[in-house]
Amino acid sequence: MISHFLNLEWKQFFRSSYWQKSVALNILMVFLALYFILMFLGLGFGLYPILKKQFPESDPLIMVNSFLFYWFLGDMMLRFFMQKLPVMNIKPLLTLPIKRSKILHYVLGKSVISFFNFLPLFAVIPFSIILLSNGYSSSTVITWMLTMIIFTLIINFLNFIIESKSAETELSFFPIILIVFGLFALNHFNLISFSSLLSNGMNSITSNPILIIIPVIILGVLYYLNFSTLKKKLYVDSSLKTKTQIASSTDLGWTRRFGDTAPFLQLDLKMIWRNKRTRSTLFIMVLALFYGLIFYPNPKYQETIPMLIFVGIFITGIFMINFGQFIPAWDSAYYKLLMSQNIKYKEYLKSKYLLMNLSAVALFVLSIPYVYFGWKILLIHFAAMVYNIGVNSHMLLYGGSFNRKRIDLSQRAAFNYQGTGAVQWIIGFPLLAFPVLIFYIPYHFFGFEAGIATLIILGGLGILFHQKIMDFIVKKYLASKYKMIAAFEQDN
Amino acid sequence: MIKSTELTKKYGKETVLNIENLEIPKGQTFGLVGNNGAGKTTFFNLLLDLIQPTTGYVTNNEIQVNKSEDWKPFTAAFIDESFLIGYLTPEEYFYFIGDLRGMNTADIDTFLQQFEDIFNDEIIGKKKYLRDLSKGNQKKAGIIAALIGNPEVVVLDEPFANLDPTTQIRLKKTLKSLTEKKEVTILISSHDLNHITEVCDRIVVLDKGDIVKDIKTSTETLKELEGFFSV
Repeated sequence: MISHFLNLEWKQFFRSSYWQKSVALNILMVFLALYFILMFLGLGFGLYPILKKQFPESDPLIMVNSFLFYWFLGDMMLRFFMQKLPVMNIKPLLTLPIKRSKILHYVLGKSVISFFNFLPLFAVIPFSIILLSNGYSSSTVITWMLTMIIFTLIINFLNFIIESKSAETELSFFPIILIVFGLFALNHFNLISFSSLLSNGMNSITSNPILIIIPVIILGVLYYLNFSTLKKKLYVDSSLKTKTQIASSTDLGWTRRFGDTAPFLQLDLKMIWRNKRTRSTLFIMVLALFYGLIFYPNPKYQETIPMLIFVGIFITGIFMINFGQFIPAWDSAYYKLLMSQNIKYKEYLKSKYLLMNLSAVALFVLSIPYVYFGWKILLIHFAAMVYNIGVNSHMLLYGGSFNRKRIDLSQRAAFNYQGTGAVQWIIGFPLLAFPVLIFYIPYHFFGFEAGIATLIILGGLGILFHQKIMDFIVKKYLASKYKMIAAFEQDN
Repeated sequence: MIKSTELTKKYGKETVLNIENLEIPKGQTFGLVGNNGAGKTTFFNLLLDLIQPTTGYVTNNEIQVNKSEDWKPFTAAFIDESFLIGYLTPEEYFYFIGDLRGMNTADIDTFLQQFEDIFNDEIIGKKKYLRDLSKGNQKKAGIIAALIGNPEVVVLDEPFANLDPTTQIRLKKTLKSLTEKKEVTILISSHDLNHITEVCDRIVVLDKGDIVKDIKTSTETLKELEGFFSV
């Protein structure tokens, strides 16, 4: 049975048009994975000597255990954003003679083979070997290693529970931030000392291996919790079929002033508000507005201006980047309609351009209070907005012509909570990093004003040649029209 | 109105459509029948420029569809559910299509009144999104949307499938009254020989991409078609 499932997934992965189009992206992911592996290997081999040197009188293993809590928090955060519950197309399997529990065990079991569960091993195993060679008893080391593996799995299944709960409530990543920072704060202010609790627990397990039963039980409970929540969703009328919402009609009359693009603008606004996945981009936008608070109050960051450019581009461009990189895939479900209706490509794309730029201006206006931290910040935000409007929005539209992945807005794909993974952040990165580079060169040689001027001039050029650039982009879209239609028809 | 010349579509080595010459005059109700894989939907997709022909071309009112987009203002189609926008209510969907075809909200409201019997109180004013309607009701909405804005060419792929019997009969009436003045060209495909002979002036039978029959509808047509398909 398992071999059947594996076979299905193999085919789904390699037969989707997405795979064929994004080899480059896959290669990038592999490099990223290798980078992480090397980092962890370095950690595993380096940790013991470093700790021994810095703190000669304390036991490295106990030191490591006292940091476990932070490892735990970091891992949870990373997983929430990067790891997705393994998706499987359940509906066709439900009527076949396969036990439901078998499907679930398979889905959950598959999640264990995730890269994120192997990554810690690259640090844990070398560290254990060094411990052994330094005269630790093999029973201690093996118990420690096993407990770490169980810990990793506990985080794995805990993450899925958090993910599914936050997906149900549509709060995007508010819950994880709340949980992680809440735990951190409780620990930091010594209200409940999780870090010593965890390290004491670990120390007693290593000295008394029978206690390993406790994490094993926790793991079992978490597995069971996942199993039972997923089981409820295995019915066609619960998660596989969308719940009937009461439709709210909205007029959006104010969009009329935008003339020909108004119908599309209305359509986009309705799409963003009425679909789970798009709505989360709004939450991200609100959160991102507060991103500056991490950097601006700190005088140390005020010195490193290029970093502030990054923040500026991020704050004014967050919606643009989140929304723009999936143009035109947002409309993939009804792309054929758009292509055969009385629509010119240019108007269609213009409405997307307009929406992205409205968001940039709105975010700039909302971020004006940051002027409290100095006029430079306001200037940076303004330059970033102009750059986003003139350069990044065009780049996103251009990039869209390579888009071949269908987005299922109604989220009928079972277990697909977030729909976004590591890939999304990787695509966004050049859009954020490139302007920093552009700023840095004139800034380094001629000073702050020259850097700002360069960004504004580049953005201004983009706005000035908007029509020409659009003509070029429209040609690109026309050239890939048939490929897009065919790719958007595919479900996976 | 519609003319296709040496039109072929191949996927790899397999030819899925091969129409040497097919002309559909203005005002004709044109029916396409054929078993699965005969090339009906492929022909419609080519006509709507949703796929590229391997050779040849289609012209719609003298406009070659894959060279210019000027055929879009007077052509409307409903091929499948991917022509619907799931997160809109049916009204909003009609208004959106109306917007694209130069009709305002009031125009659409009057336009929709004539289809009240087809909608049967299940579509308008129900506070439901299109994605939450049943398949049949989705289809009704899609077909009616294809009639918005007085198009001169209407393309409907299997309009009768998934509809309840009452609606099938009402839809036939609507299609007939649409072509009374001989100004609208309608292209439909169907697996239901009864319906298609009743509605269409002319029926073309496709078999594995080739035209094997081209019949002007008469009282014997149904028998002839049944004879052809019962082999």
